[in-house]
Amino acid sequence: MKISTIKELLDADVLCGVESLEKEVHSACGSDMMSDVLAYVKDQAVLLTGLVNSQVIRTAEMMDMVCVVFVRSKRPTLEMIEIAEESGIVILATKKRMYEACGTLFVNGLNNTKD
Amino acid sequence: MGEYLNFHYDVDGENFVSAGQASVELKKTLRRLGLPPETIRRLSIAMYEGEINMVIHAGGGEADVDIYEDKIVIVLKDHGPGIADIALAMQEGYSTATEGVRSLGFGAGMGLPNMKRYTDEMQIDSTVGEGTTVTMTVYLS
Ligand SMILES: Nc1ncnc2c1ncn2[C@@H]1O[C@H](COP(=O)(O)OP(=O)(O)OP(=O)(O)O)[C@@H](O)[C@H]1O
Ligand SMILES: [Mg+2]
Repeated sequence: MKISTIKELLDADVLCGVESLEKEVHSACGSDMMSDVLAYVKDQAVLLTGLVNSQVIRTAEMMDMVCVVFVRSKRPTLEMIEIAEESGIVILATKKRMYEACGTLFVNGLNNTKD
Repeated sequence: MGEYLNFHYDVDGENFVSAGQASVELKKTLRRLGLPPETIRRLSIAMYEGEINMVIHAGGGEADVDIYEDKIVIVLKDHGPGIADIALAMQEGYSTATEGVRSLGFGAGMGLPNMKRYTDEMQIDSTVGEGTTVTMTVYLS
């Protein structure tokens, strides 16, 4: 699935990384606990979260993720956007809640783990 | 000697926002050196977990990364409270993190086990009241 498709499905705003919207991603995860993302996630390219602080972007960066989606209308700080831009991470923001956002992406085909 | 590169980072314990900066810098350096992506990811995650630990549990510290031809050694040193029972701290799910830390997305008690998982060797030296030194090694094949 292209990141631009995620944007459309979630009716999301693009806060940075417009130039990477055509990148293909194959899997995603949703969590507000960065500890769990670091410990359990493998090869997921997209992180959906309701947590807003700079460590969300750094965690994504350490895990080689390419896109962070903030749910429930959460807005990242300018500093977070700058960190994301520097590491080439796309930031999306949606009004949808975590459950609905994850479910929407899952039923539309973003459900494979990369092999 | 064989050692060809050393990087030193100071980790600010007062600033949660800047936590992880050393790990970001290290990751950039490892990319520049052209290491395999999977090796870079393992080292980055281990370093990041250790760096966050120094910030949330120990009031900051310093990191030294030695890059040899055949291995990379990360040494994280702090002068925090120390770890009384290392075996207990190594257990998945054991955490003394406060509610405040949890609300920031950390404190699941997964960091130390994760650092061990992603490195080939890990040693913790700690004295209560004096501080903790974590040494992690990843071999380059
Ligand atoms: N540098 C340190 N100084 C003092 N205590 C530490 C240090 N690192 C870890 N600890 C202790 O070991 C416990 C377990 O650490 P670990 O990294 O596994 O979990 P955590 O940091 O609490 O949560 P998580 O890493 O999942 O966010 C910590 O809760 C803390 O009590
Ligand atoms: Mg930890």
